[in-house]
Amino acid sequence: MDFAWMGWTPFTAVFFATIAGLILSMIVWEKLSPGGAPRFGVLRFETTRGDRLFVSLLGSAFIHLAWLFFVGDALWYALGLSVLYALAVFRWV
Amino acid sequence: MLKRIRIIPTLYIIFLMLPIYWLLTMALKTNAEILGGFSLWPQNPTLANFKTILTDPSWYNGYINSTIYVALNTVISISVALPAAYAFSRYRFMGDKHLFFWLLSNRMAPPAVFVLPFFQLYSSIGLFDTHIAVALAHCLFNVPLAVWILEGFMSGVPKEIDETAQIDGYSFGAFFARIFTPLIASGIGVAAFFCFMFSWVELLIARTLTSVDAKPIAAVMTRTVSASGLDWGVLAAAGVLTIVPGAIVIWFVRNHIAKGFALGRV
Amino acid sequence: MQRKLNQKAWFLVLPVFLLVAFSAVLPLMTVVNYSVQDTFGNNEFYWVGTEWFVEILNSERFHSALGRQLLFSGIILAIEIPLGILIALSMPKKGWGASICLVLMALPLLIPWNVVGTIWQIFAREDIGLLGHTLAAMGIDYNYTHSPTAAWITIIIMDVWHWTSLVVLLCYAGLCSIPDAFYQAAKIDGASRWAVFRYIQFPKMNRVLLIAVLLRFMDSFMIYTEPFVLTGGGPGNSTTFLSIDLVKMAIGQFDLGPAAAFSLVYFLIVLLLSWVFYTVMTARDGEAN
Repeated sequence: MDFAWMGWTPFTAVFFATIAGLILSMIVWEKLSPGGAPRFGVLRFETTRGDRLFVSLLGSAFIHLAWLFFVGDALWYALGLSVLYALAVFRWV
Repeated sequence: MLKRIRIIPTLYIIFLMLPIYWLLTMALKTNAEILGGFSLWPQNPTLANFKTILTDPSWYNGYINSTIYVALNTVISISVALPAAYAFSRYRFMGDKHLFFWLLSNRMAPPAVFVLPFFQLYSSIGLFDTHIAVALAHCLFNVPLAVWILEGFMSGVPKEIDETAQIDGYSFGAFFARIFTPLIASGIGVAAFFCFMFSWVELLIARTLTSVDAKPIAAVMTRTVSASGLDWGVLAAAGVLTIVPGAIVIWFVRNHIAKGFALGRV
Repeated sequence: MQRKLNQKAWFLVLPVFLLVAFSAVLPLMTVVNYSVQDTFGNNEFYWVGTEWFVEILNSERFHSALGRQLLFSGIILAIEIPLGILIALSMPKKGWGASICLVLMALPLLIPWNVVGTIWQIFAREDIGLLGHTLAAMGIDYNYTHSPTAAWITIIIMDVWHWTSLVVLLCYAGLCSIPDAFYQAAKIDGASRWAVFRYIQFPKMNRVLLIAVLLRFMDSFMIYTEPFVLTGGGPGNSTTFLSIDLVKMAIGQFDLGPAAAFSLVYFLIVLLLSWVFYTVMTARDGEAN
């Protein structure tokens, strides 16, 4: 089977590897210290660790889109903003 | 009071039936009559349009192709969804909630997003224009649908049955095949009906993944419109024939149809 | 029902996981790859970075398609939900009348989507259609292939015709779960029709209504086949919704890069909405238990 049609680039490969790595590390984390018990956060609904990861990733995607729309280039700042956002999500949501 | 209230459903059903009635009269008219003048019912009812479809391979092959990939898809979807739905209804495991949501998100995703990569994917593995390609592609929304519906039905079966069977010495396979499956037979029937239906009504993916050998009836119909644009009688007859399978089985699922459309959540 | 913790259940889910990963994850990865590159075919790609995203996010074409889409979904919900409730409330509750109502009402839901388009094409055309002909005879200037307003009205009526029954069926299922004792108690108390609706029927329908609203919203958000067959997105671009626009771009013009960026933005919106749907729904499930 030939994967040339998928048009892989180093950048997107790193991107997907990062997401896969995040999911794997969530599994390892859960194995090491089971927990991540559901809790009520500032958004008034129950979340587990996995939910918080999903909220972080989805939110980051929208942060990047918004950055592209309002500011344009220099996406590194958007990335930094996303990391801050993710930390906040894991702390408070 | 009663009299006044029943008016609403009656009016609604008339509104629903009028366009279908019109399709039927068109199918029974000749083209000359359709374009020649306006009449509420066919003056000289004819079955010529249906005869055209049933004798012209480019038409009836469309029905055969659709039936093949729809049947394939239903079999694949139900057979993989059964164990998964059982797992979701009986056990907790790591990531179950997220997996369940991920399945749902595929049911909600617009097929238009997947059309382009599907085209590239199935071309690259040499399955373009085959029935199995369409059947696999339709799994995108039918497998989640089947899992959700079956999970809904399975959750209604008391857990004690599983435990009793275990104590009685049934192996998991024997229990699943001989005791559990008969209990949720109606659920399997409903899930199969909905897989059949959603694969049958879908046009976009089926049309993109086929060109000649596996061309579905839906694509035959839309292409005929753009090519000649005039043969209304035959087009209407083809439409009538596509409604028939749904209309035949609808009676059997009438009590479960809400559950099916609501992804097993009613 | 309390479910047992059992990690081996993963093996039962594995076939579904692999199958859906094959038909959902691989394509999505491909879309991401395409969205940052330009191609002239032959699997030759050139890195362009975020150019397509900037282009799509700032394009008039995307904005207007998104605007039309939101307007359409909004109008659909505003008509179908109240109408569906009204019809469900006035349906017979049992007996052969209920069965016949259910079967006849469900019929449009089972018609292939392109045939729905064809039915309305035949029904609404001025020269051969019952509706078009009647309106023309009444002296109303109605031609959905030329007038954007008429095209919109036709598509909305078509969607109401096609999908209101879904709302009716769901509400009906909710209503049927109300025990007769509730109604008798209300009768004894001399409750008005409105009070019965407000305090007995509506609370029971709450959950199914949520499902109905969100299913109708999501499905109308990805509508493609019916307007494609009926109007082809025209006249002009007046009925070009998101999916129609995307398919035009991807298959019609084969602009892989921009179409991929478009797909991703579209997909992210859908993902966000279905996550909200799922969260609200499971929160309700939790309350119900």
